[in-house]
Formats: sequence, structure tokens, C-alpha cells
Amino acid sequence: MLSGTWSRWQRFRVDNELAHLFLHSPVAIVSALVATLAVLAALLAPVISPFDPYDIGGIDLLDSLLPPAWTPEGDARFPIGTDDQGRDLYSAILYGLRLSLLVGVLSVSFAALLGVTLGLIAGWFGGWVDALVMRIADVQLALPAILTALLVDGIARGILPDGSHDRLMLVVLTVAIGLSLWVDFARTARASTLVEKRKEYVQAAIIMGMHPLKILTRHVLPNILGPLLVILTIDLAVAILLEATLSFLGVGVPPNQPSLGTLIEIGTGYLFSGEWWIVLFPALALVTLIVSVNVLGDFLRDVFDPRLR
Amino acid sequence: MTAFIARRLLQAVFVMLVVSLIAFALFRFVGDPVAQMVGQETSLADQARLRASMGLDDPVLVQYGRFLQRLVTADFGYSYRTRQAITEMILSRAPATIELGFVSLLVSLIIGVPAGIYTAIRKHGVLANAILILTLVGISVPTFVIGIGLITVFGVQLGWLPTFGRGDTVALGGWNTNFLTLDGWRSILMPALTLGVYQLTLTMRLVRAEMQGVLKSDFIRFARARGIDYSSLYLNHALRNTLVPVITIVGLQFGGVIAFSIVTEAVFQWPGLGLLFLDSIRYVDIPVMSTYLVLIALMFVTINLLVDLSYALIDPRVRLPGKGS
Amino acid sequence: MTADTLLEVRGLTVSFTTRFGEFTAVEGIDLSVAAGSIHGLVGESGAGKSTIGAAIMGLLPTSGRIAAGSVTLAGLPLQDLDDAAWHRLRGSRVSMIFQDPQTSLNPLIRIGDQLVETIRQHADIDEDDARRRAIALLDETGIHDAATRIDDYPHQFSGGMRQRVVIALALCTDPELIIADEPTTALDVAVQQQILDLLKRLVAERQIGVILITHDIGVIVETSDRVTVLRHGRVVESGPTQRVLGSPAADYTRALMAAVPRMETRLPRFRGILDDVSADLAGPDVRQASVADGFRVTGASAELASDWLLRARDDAGAAHDVTRDGALLEIDELSVTFGARGGGWFGIGRRDGVQALRNVTLSLAAGTTLGVVGESGSGKSTLAKAITGLVDPSSGAMRFDAATLPPGGTRRRDHASRRRIQLIFQDPYASLDSRFTVERILAEPVRHYGHATNRSEVRRLVASMLELVEMPQSALRKYPHQFSGGQRQRVAVARALLARPELLIADEPTSALDVSVQAQILNLLRDLQDSFGLSMLFISHDLAVVRQIADTVAVLKDGDLVEFAPNERFFAAAEAPYSRYLLSETPSLAGLDGGTVH
Repeated sequence: MLSGTWSRWQRFRVDNELAHLFLHSPVAIVSALVATLAVLAALLAPVISPFDPYDIGGIDLLDSLLPPAWTPEGDARFPIGTDDQGRDLYSAILYGLRLSLLVGVLSVSFAALLGVTLGLIAGWFGGWVDALVMRIADVQLALPAILTALLVDGIARGILPDGSHDRLMLVVLTVAIGLSLWVDFARTARASTLVEKRKEYVQAAIIMGMHPLKILTRHVLPNILGPLLVILTIDLAVAILLEATLSFLGVGVPPNQPSLGTLIEIGTGYLFSGEWWIVLFPALALVTLIVSVNVLGDFLRDVFDPRLR
Repeated sequence: MTAFIARRLLQAVFVMLVVSLIAFALFRFVGDPVAQMVGQETSLADQARLRASMGLDDPVLVQYGRFLQRLVTADFGYSYRTRQAITEMILSRAPATIELGFVSLLVSLIIGVPAGIYTAIRKHGVLANAILILTLVGISVPTFVIGIGLITVFGVQLGWLPTFGRGDTVALGGWNTNFLTLDGWRSILMPALTLGVYQLTLTMRLVRAEMQGVLKSDFIRFARARGIDYSSLYLNHALRNTLVPVITIVGLQFGGVIAFSIVTEAVFQWPGLGLLFLDSIRYVDIPVMSTYLVLIALMFVTINLLVDLSYALIDPRVRLPGKGS
Repeated sequence: MTADTLLEVRGLTVSFTTRFGEFTAVEGIDLSVAAGSIHGLVGESGAGKSTIGAAIMGLLPTSGRIAAGSVTLAGLPLQDLDDAAWHRLRGSRVSMIFQDPQTSLNPLIRIGDQLVETIRQHADIDEDDARRRAIALLDETGIHDAATRIDDYPHQFSGGMRQRVVIALALCTDPELIIADEPTTALDVAVQQQILDLLKRLVAERQIGVILITHDIGVIVETSDRVTVLRHGRVVESGPTQRVLGSPAADYTRALMAAVPRMETRLPRFRGILDDVSADLAGPDVRQASVADGFRVTGASAELASDWLLRARDDAGAAHDVTRDGALLEIDELSVTFGARGGGWFGIGRRDGVQALRNVTLSLAAGTTLGVVGESGSGKSTLAKAITGLVDPSSGAMRFDAATLPPGGTRRRDHASRRRIQLIFQDPYASLDSRFTVERILAEPVRHYGHATNRSEVRRLVASMLELVEMPQSALRKYPHQFSGGQRQRVAVARALLARPELLIADEPTSALDVSVQAQILNLLRDLQDSFGLSMLFISHDLAVVRQIADTVAVLKDGDLVEFAPNERFFAAAEAPYSRYLLSETPSLAGLDGGTVH
């Protein structure tokens, strides 16, 4: 619609609706920055953190319960204090972020893979396949996310022999949280597939005699990515929240690899005796992370939902 | 419409069957029931006899049948950990959770629905934006963090409210209630708020999203073109169409409330079903776990069914046959 | 301004604030409506007709505003009113009705309640009186059994009835002016005629003024006393309908009228229409450079594509039995049943099927066009779906080139008919994958059918075909959303041709297009048929279009074949009562004096 004298960058900004809206929304930019920072911190944790909180040998119990460095009793080595075991809180938070993000991303990926595949198949083939997938989803929906996660966790505890439980914790958590979230992806993928299937370009491909798998991967999947991306971001926030909750309840990550939830749980025990920093900083980190992911999810949802424009 | 109801009923039954199957599988195959029940000194022979007398050697299908039968008669067995009858445990702890859930649901609806409507109508405005930001925080802060926050402020710093337990309750028949004593109300306040915040935020966002969609529709435009009063437009026309899907969501909210009560009960040491379940996870108390599973599923399924039925009652397109165009 | 001028619009300019800057949708509009008359506002898409209607009602979206000009309703200036003041006028003095009766009514409220509420909004009467008035109104708008039906919900009415309810709702407050924005576009031709008659009667009886916004010239001729022709937000011409449309002064109006398909005679081509492809692009600020920018693929030209297709035709011709009697496609007692909902949940929720087609027998001679015409629900699209294999027939047979055409379910993916029969769809927006470049879209059939494998060869072929359908070769690099509806349909035609088909099925290919663009596309299809001997099955609800393009005509009604006859015989003297009914209900331009027929 406009003249061709614009530079390629200008045209990209305007033609690409998503980019345009993003760059004009300060909120989206800020939260994207925050999220990026969190990811970087998580990835670089081993490099940038002064201590390794998992290294039992490096922790001195005498250093426990030290307040942040700017208080009179604080120690300059530990910028925001230490926990009850003498772990540097700053390092613990960095590693905790890493763990939270890791579990979050893994479980959401698992849920997405499972859910999108099932949703695509159910939407495309219809009939008994669709009915089956939907019934399974119904069962899943009868059990809220926390319950599923807790159940899978509990079952794992019951089945796995004692030693390996801790080592396999990551897998168990991924499966537990993933299983509670796949239905979101499946339903969205199915609904979108049904819509695209009716569209004439897909009908044209069917008439041409294209193989269904080819149609699904070439035509349908790229066109349903929008809503799926929204679900991905939202569910990432939920996954992080679930992991934190499970760890807080003591049934998440193993105790010697604290995630943000574990740290908060430890801190709760010290609320009444005045060691406020053990709860506050991990809580802040956790909330900031989830808020930024949610804001991004909201932004994406506004972009992709034609109704709300 | 009868076909609609029948189909939904069948769906409900199917789900319950599958869930009961999972519960049964849990019971039977995770851990060893006999090993849980006996001490270390019991001889293998005695164990074998115990096993036989419990019917654990019968074919799986028979055991499943027996399991179903017991479920239907509300005979849930005994806890591995406390040796108490599970039915008793549930009955004694249910009131705590139900009352908690009820109050938080009330809170979330009373605040959430009007807030959602308001922010949908007033799209730009200081209050609207403030509410939106608050809700963003509301769904991002984990329930336990809210609980801890409230405890810190109102319990530790200000000392106004008790930080754990149910407080004084009054027994009405078999039901212990918080609602009749001041201490009871003080005790339930923070947990209910904690639980309610997340639900509130969800409700508000959903109501807002639905209403915004409705406000863009053609029939609202036409009503506006006829000069229908704005307040009637919003509250009579738009709201009516918004509430239909919102009812579904509210129904699910109630389920969510019960589910999230697990966390809240943990933070506040609230002696309800959630805490019971949590303990059962920690101690791998299989009978309690599987009972809880079945009960929650039943509750969800029932709520879903009721919601669908109410849909049928409210939406005339489902109730009465149409002409189509 | 004469004594009975209801609405006077002078120099109206409406602009919108978009993220591209300030956009002027309409400029300098002059318009006047007298009481007891209908003023038609006609134009193609992007002309700004709906914007004018919304501006008069004060219903512009928040990004729009009246930048200049005046709107006066019986002496009262409207343009500077605030929303509250305007809202008081809405319904009581000016009312508006919209296109889609399905979405215009609140599905959850009984129509009686909606009527009563509207009445009581503007008049201080009690509920019983309001209800009586509502019943009287429903009667007036032709709803039978008004006293009982007043308590029904919207979905219990059919499309035409619903639009009557909408009209009743617009009238119940006794407004002086009604703005009708495409009120009959979503309705079948017969129902459309009834609604238009209703409007004319109401205007005469109540002496109200109506602005009728539409893109359909036939509707204007039937109803409007005066007409204003709009293009790109400006008035091209205005005056009494007979004069403006019968002997147009402006070039655009002349070209527009030349593009309208007539029923009276069949012309070999639409002549004197807007030939410029850029006429198709929205907005007057479009740079022509994007259309003819000199981008060419080496060796690609329309001739190349033309030769390629001619060779295919010769190959096909040589492979056939010369004594074939010429029927390329034969449909024999074909029936299709739909929607028998299987099972649901263990048999509950099973629905009896709807018979979309019932024992239909047709044939299409090679190199000719068969026009299949019918209203919605007649089964015409189902026919296309059955032939292309999207839907399975429940009984009957299909034969293509004397060989049995297997039903879709059993048709192999590499069956020759999948190449030889190609389908062009109605919706130009959904028929192309919006994530593919035009090149990739067009390359798909080329590669799939193995016409070329080498990348540059494919490219050359694709670019040539684009030129053959009168698109610039540079379109290769662009995405569908960068093109208008007509241009996308050209791409769709190119895609079909790149399969080297013998039969083209066109399912309402121009129904979603503007009249000028429709004429261009129809010309294109005819040229292609003449050059390459393509056979065509042309499906439409528009008899006038079928008159121009089809050699034989088949009429479908509710799945039954009502008549099957050659073009001239059908339009001179149709035999079946339903055919005659359809012919009489189609708005005709014959009423124009000195029509611009060449």
C-alpha cells in the first residue's frame, strides 16, 4: 500500500506486524530484556557465580545465616547473605534460576511435542482418532496440574529404588509437569488444525493428491504456529510456577540442588527469627522471572488474537 | 438436547472409569500392600497367607471389580501411614477444605467479575491499567509466595492474624466450622485470600477477554445504532453473552481452588484434604493418594457436567431447534 | 436544500489515524436524501461507502473522525455532536441496518424483548403497549404469525426472516432516515427481492429516507431513485439513477456499467471495462511502479507458457480416441448425502444425513463451459467437491474422458484425474497459503506433477504463467497478502494452469470480487478457454454471470437438477417453473433507458 522508497529496514518494521507492535510496546521490550537477562544468568551461572552452591566441600557451616553485605553483620564475600547451610545466596539464586528455567523449558517442550502431535493428528484425521485423543484429554483435564504433577512424582517415589530417585529427579519432574500441560497444546493445535483444514489452500493440496503428512508439515503446521507460540509462553510461566511449588512442598528437586522454590521453603523456616533475606531474594527472582514470561505471553496473545485488535 | 445430555453423561462415566483404573493400578502395582502393612518379623508364610486373604492373588480383573465396588460404596480402605479408615479421615478433614475453598471462590468472584467487566469497558484509564498490572502480578506470584508474604506482614510484623492452623472451630453435628467464631474468621482470612488471589486474577482476565470479544460483535453494534442506553448495552446485552462462557470457567475455578488448596494448606498448616494428600505423597501412602485422586476427579467431572447442563439451559440455541439460514 | 430534504451532506471528509499516518478514507462527499426516497450509494471495495454510513450515524471507530464538511439532518447539524448527543439521535431519528442478519441479533434474547426494549428506549409507553406495537411491526415487515413468533429466538428464523426482524427493529422507533449497509448481500436472490420490495413499500408508506449502500448495480437499479457512484473515497458521479447508470457521463461509471453482466444478450467479451490491473489495487496513492517494474526472469514470457499449454493440449488430443462423442465429463444419477453423524458416543447423537445432491445427471462437452447455477443449499459446491474427490458420492457414477472417475475415498493419490481436473475456489484469501511466496505456491503443482524439476526451469515456467494471467513477473517474490482479491484469483488460475489441466472447475470464482475485477477475470477465463481448448464447469449463484460465460446451463434446487439446457434456449424460454422464478427474481438492468450495451 505504501511507496517503495522506504529502506528495507523500514519496510520490515512496517510489513512485519509482530515486529512493529513489539518495538512500539515498551512493556514488551522491557520484559523481553528481563527474560533474556534471566536466561543469560542461568546459562552463565557456573561462570559468573562466585561460589558453587552444590559443592559440599566449599561450604562452611560457620558461614551460615549471614545477612546481606550492606548490613553491619554482613560479609563482603556474600553480597546478599547466606542460607542455613552457609551457601552463598547470590550463587544459589543463580543456580536456582538455572534449574527453574531448565525444568520449565524441558517440561514445556515435552508438553508441546506431545500435545501438538496429538492435536494435529486428532484435528486432521477426525473420527475415532479424534475421539480417542479427546477422551484422553478429558481424563487429563479432570485432574488439575498440581495434582498430576504431584501424583507422577509420588508414583516415581514409590517405584524407583531409593538411590536413583534423586538422579532421575529431572526426568521425573519434566514428565510430571509436562503431563499436566500437554492438553493446552493439544486443544489449541487441534482447533487450529480444524480451521486450517477447511481452508481452500489445504483443500487444494488434498485434491492434488499430496500426502497428508506432507500437507501437515508443509502447510498446516507453519500456519498454526501463532496461537501455539502464545500457549508456549504462558505454559512456560506455569511450568516454572509448578516446579517452584513442587520444590517448595519438598517433592521437587533434590535438596542438595536447590531451586528457587527450595530456597524459599528454607527461608520460610527463618522468617520468624528475623533472617528475612533467605526468603526475600529468591522470591523476588522467581516473581520477576515469571512476570516477564507472562508479559511476553500476554503481548503475543494480543498480537495473534484478531478479536482483540 | 437429550442427546447432548446423554453424551455428556457417558463422557463423565468414561472418565471416572479411567481414573478409577489409574487409582486401582496405583493401589495394586505401586509398592507392595502387604509389605506396608506388616512388620519386619512376619514370616513369609504369614505374608503369603495375608496376601491370599486380602484377595491379592485373584485375577486382576476380579480385583478391579472389587475395587470399583468398594469405591461405589465409599469404602476407601485404610491408610498405610496412620492405619485409620480413610473414609473417616476424609470426612473429618473435608469441612476445612470446603470452607476454605468456598470463601476464596466467593472472594474471587465478587472482585474478579466486576473488575473484569470494568476493565473491558474502560479500556484506557488509570484505574483500569492499575488493575491490569495487579492481575499480571497476581498470576505470576506463586500461591505460596503470596501466603508467605501475607504471613510476614499480618502475622509476623503486625501480629494481627494467626499464622497457622484453623483456630477455634464450632462443631455442628459432624461438621467443624470456622464461621461461627471470631478466631475462626481471623484464621481463615489469610489462607482464603492467598488461595483467592490466583483465582481472582484468572477470573478477571477471562471475563475481560470474553467481554471485549462480545463488545466487538455485530449485535452490539446494531444495538448501539438503535440508541440503546450504554448501561443497558453493557450490563444487559454484553454481560449476558459474556457470562455464558464465563460460567464454564467459573466451574473449573472451583476445581482449581480445591487443587491449589494443597499449597495453601501447606503454607498455613491448614488441616484439610490438601495437607492430607501432601502427606500421603511424602510417605507414599498409596491408598490415600488413590482415594484423593478418585475424589478430585469425581468432583471435576461433576462440576463439568453441571456446567454443561447449565449451558444447555442458558443458551437457547442448544435448548431449541433452529431454522438455520 | 428543498423543503423535504431530509439529509444534506456537504464536503464530507473522513480520516483515520493509522500507524502508517493519517489516512483519508473519503473526501469532499456531497449527498442529499429526500423524504420518501431511496438514495443508492454504490462503489467497489475501498470506495468508502460504509465509512460514509458510519460517519452519518456517528459510529466511526475511535481512530476515525470527520475532518471536514457538514452533515445536516432536517436542518440539525450532526458533524460536531458529541457521542452522548448523537446517541440520543440514534434510533429515534436515524437508524442503521447491517449486512449479516445472522450476527446482527443478540442470540440469547427473544426478539420480542429486543423489540420492546428498543421501543421503550425512545418512547415513554408501558410494556404491553410496546409489545402490541412490536407485533404490529413484525406484521408490517411480513413475519407471519407475528403474535406467536414474537417470543422466538433469532436462531429460530431463517436468513430472510431474520433480516425482516432487523428491519422491524430499525423501524420500531419511527426514525426519519435509515442507512442500510449491504442489507441483502448475504441473502439468496429470491429473498433479496422480497427484502428490497419491503424496503420500497416502507419508504413509500412512511415517507422515510433510505441510504442504500451496496456494490450490486442490479439492486440499485431496482430500488434507488438517485444514485451516487463512489471510487477511492470520492464522488465520481451522482444524480437520478436512470441518467447516471443509463447514460453515464464519467468514464469510470461507463466502465463500471460495461462490467456488469447482462441477462439480455450474451457477449463474447466484456468490453470497455477497466482494463488497468492497477484499478484493482486499493487506495489512490499506489505507485504504479510496483505493477510494471520491469523485473523479468530470463527467458520467461507469456508466449512460453502459451506454447507449453498448447503442447499439452495437442498431446492430450492425440492420446484420445477421435471418435469420442465430445463429452469430457459425464455425471450419472449422482447423489451425495451429508452429515450423517457417525456414532458420536456409542450411537447417541447420530444425525440423519442431508441429501445435498439427488440423482443429478449432467454432461460437459470438451472445450465448452457448463454453468451450474443455484441458490445456497442447492448442492452446486457439493458437485464440485464430488468431482474433485473431496466428498464421496453415496450413489451414481462419474466419468471423465470416458473412464470411470472413482469416488474420492478410493481415488489414488496419483490418479491422472487429479492433474487433469483443477479447481478454482471462491475465496481468494483462503485459497493461497499465506506463508508461501507466490513462486512457491505456483511451483508446487509444477514439481508435484513432475512438469519440471530443475530450479531455474521451474522458475521460468512459473514466471511465464504469471505473465499469461496478466500479472507482473515480480509477483514471484511477494506474498499473497500483498495482493488484492482479483490478483490472487489470477494467481489461483495460474496455479491451476500449471498442472496442465483439461477441465477447470470454477466454484464461484468471482463472487467475492468487485464487478470490474469480475469482468476482467471472466474475460481471462474465456480467453484461456478459447486459446487452449479448456473445458470449464462454472458454478455461480448469479444468473447474469452464467448468461455471459456458459454454453450450457444447469439449474440446481435443493439437490435436484431442475433444468439442463443450452444458454440461448434457457434464457429465451426456460421450461421449469423454478428456472423462470429465478430468472424473474434476478435484478435486471433492462429498466435503464439507453443502456450501455454495445
